[in-house]
Amino acid sequence: MKHLALLRLAVIVLAVAAVEVLCRKGVIDAFTMPAPSKILADLWSMLISGKHNAAIAKTMSNAGVALGISIACGILIAVLVHRLLLVREALDPLFATYYAVPVIAFYPLLIILFGVGDAPKIAIATMLSIIAVIVNTLNGLDRVPRVLLKTARIVRMTHAEAALRVTLPYAMPYVLTGVKFAVAYSLIGIIGSEFIMSSDGIGFEIAFAYNNFDNATMYPLIVLVLIISIGLNLVISIWERSMLGRRGLR
Amino acid sequence: MTARWRIWRGPILLVAGLLVAWQILFVIAGEMALRSPLQTVVLTVRLLSGPQLWPHIGETMTAFAAAIFFSVTLGLATGLTLGFSRLAGLIFEPMLVAVYSIPKLTLYPILLLTFGLGMSAKVAFGAIHGIIPISLFTINAIRNIRPILIKTGRVLNYSALEMAWRILIPAALPEIFTGIRIGFALTLIGTLLGEMFASQRGLGNLLMRAMGLHNVDLIMVITFILTVVAAVASGLLLAIDRGLRHRMSAQE
Amino acid sequence: MTDVHVSLRNVSKVFQRHGAGGAVHALGPIDLDLRTGEFFAVVGPSGCGKSTLLELIAGITRPSEGEVAFEGKAIGGRVSDGIGVVFQEDACFPWLDVASNIAVGLRKTSMSREERASRVDAALELMGLRDFRASYPAQLSGGMRQRVCIARTLVMAPRLILLDEPFGALDQQTRLLMGEEVLRVWRETRATIFLITHALDEAAMLADRIGVMSARPGTLIETIETGWPRDRDSRVVERPEFGGITARLWKALRQESLKAIGHPKASP
Repeated sequence: MKHLALLRLAVIVLAVAAVEVLCRKGVIDAFTMPAPSKILADLWSMLISGKHNAAIAKTMSNAGVALGISIACGILIAVLVHRLLLVREALDPLFATYYAVPVIAFYPLLIILFGVGDAPKIAIATMLSIIAVIVNTLNGLDRVPRVLLKTARIVRMTHAEAALRVTLPYAMPYVLTGVKFAVAYSLIGIIGSEFIMSSDGIGFEIAFAYNNFDNATMYPLIVLVLIISIGLNLVISIWERSMLGRRGLR
Repeated sequence: MTARWRIWRGPILLVAGLLVAWQILFVIAGEMALRSPLQTVVLTVRLLSGPQLWPHIGETMTAFAAAIFFSVTLGLATGLTLGFSRLAGLIFEPMLVAVYSIPKLTLYPILLLTFGLGMSAKVAFGAIHGIIPISLFTINAIRNIRPILIKTGRVLNYSALEMAWRILIPAALPEIFTGIRIGFALTLIGTLLGEMFASQRGLGNLLMRAMGLHNVDLIMVITFILTVVAAVASGLLLAIDRGLRHRMSAQE
Repeated sequence: MTDVHVSLRNVSKVFQRHGAGGAVHALGPIDLDLRTGEFFAVVGPSGCGKSTLLELIAGITRPSEGEVAFEGKAIGGRVSDGIGVVFQEDACFPWLDVASNIAVGLRKTSMSREERASRVDAALELMGLRDFRASYPAQLSGGMRQRVCIARTLVMAPRLILLDEPFGALDQQTRLLMGEEVLRVWRETRATIFLITHALDEAAMLADRIGVMSARPGTLIETIETGWPRDRDSRVVERPEFGGITARLWKALRQESLKAIGHPKASP
């Protein structure tokens, strides 16, 4: 499997190299996009100068808050709702159609409710990510084989013990899938809100740079967002894979 | 009788619950932020019977139709290629998954610079939202085809074309359709988001302007229309999805 | 004197594995003649190549060495007309109803629609599936689904039917009854039957002759004649000879089975 990773790396390197050549030759003009080497150089100097660190910190901390709330409340809601069949019947169509609804349209409402500032952005991000956590956690809880729960009863575990020592560990990989989505959606929600109606954060900086034809700022920031979201996704994937690998599931 | 009521019980409860929550929210937040469900419906009917909204609806639908066309064709093509070619699948699928997690809104300026303002940028933005889930689900659908079905095809001396048409496609269809269903919803959102920035017309753009002017009436009506259309379309696709799966599995 | 329906001469199969390990000598050398119209069963320890043997006879795989002939002509690469195969896994197409599943093989033939319909009806009747023609596989039990798979081979009027552990996924009692079904099909179609099973009692009950295979690479170490009458059913298990046959099978098989699982007690 090692050469697979190498092959992937080779493909990426080749793609970036191709873009670099196209940019240098002028096929992609500098106005549309600067060469990858320049973007990376700009990114490096930007990070060193710390010019946008405040924006980066703001976005990441907001996303972190939204993520935390989604995971904690999401798992809690899933656990509470898991056995309530009527509630689940009502929620099923919601889960199925949820992501079709333009949640961003609720932004003005949230401003009224929470005031201007970080809260409405966090609310939108939470609204997007919490559903992913709930749906995937419910899926995991559903899949716990009855034989394991019967075993728990035989060794005289209490309900709480069984939940903690049997159900939750079993469902963990599925919960992690939900977390992966939640990470993505938190970032999407925060950055999207910043794009549309905000005065700080990475999303705002990107929009500002775009409006001012400032490719030297815009592209590095975009690449930064790509690196962060892909990086987080990769980390969680590795954790998930090791967990599933132990169970012989992958 | 009871069985049919059962199917509708969930959605009815949901809609009822949402309406109640909406009304309560309206009471709390007041006229500055919301309109009540009743007011919204009245406003919607009024606006829809006049000429103001329809050009925008038409614009959005056109963009969406184009976007969904590209989503589905490119998504299926990618998914089928990566699903059948083991090596290509192993190399590229994780990359697709990684790209899926990117906030695509950040790519938007790049698309604007590439396509300029207008319809093509919107369509491109909508399409990139839908392509990835459709590809991923298609890849999975093909991988999950049970080997015994392919073996049966070989016993029947099926040619490659027969194998694809008589076995592979029917076997993979339910899961592919799920991917299309999810891609549908995401493409719609993508198109709307695209309209918010790249267009002078369309529902997304209208919503953006309404938000800027704090025109609560218009915000409520547009959100309502979008939500209802999205929910109904998703619901229909979900019903088809369930129908496809019900025939093929022993659950429910 | 009975005709030879299928003959294998010095047949071996070696699988090339990419990467780790190199070649795997799965089977052979094997010499075997199947008599026309007989019921032949093969038993052997796991991994001995029974399924490979079946696939060689079917024509799904080519032998690495030696020759396989069906009705006098060499087989290889293509499944000949007149051969039907039933596998252990459920091969029903979940998106088609029972009747359409059975008719799957008929699409490539030049039969009229009436003839196809009558063949499907006959197969449904023979396998007791008439009331289920419009059902979907997901609504049927495992045993019934296997009956659909058997019916699927029947509509092609096969002269040779190959069954690869077809009842492995079923419980014992269903298996015994399904065995009776296969016997009935055998008598009605007068086809040659080649059955692979890991269940010694099943082989002893159903077959005219039983081939015992060694551990991998599988060769035929013994062939036992049962001598049962053609119109038998599962009640042959009550006969005194039955115990003797299963005893001989196990005697031949026990050492090979121990070898197959790598047990230290397997004497050299």
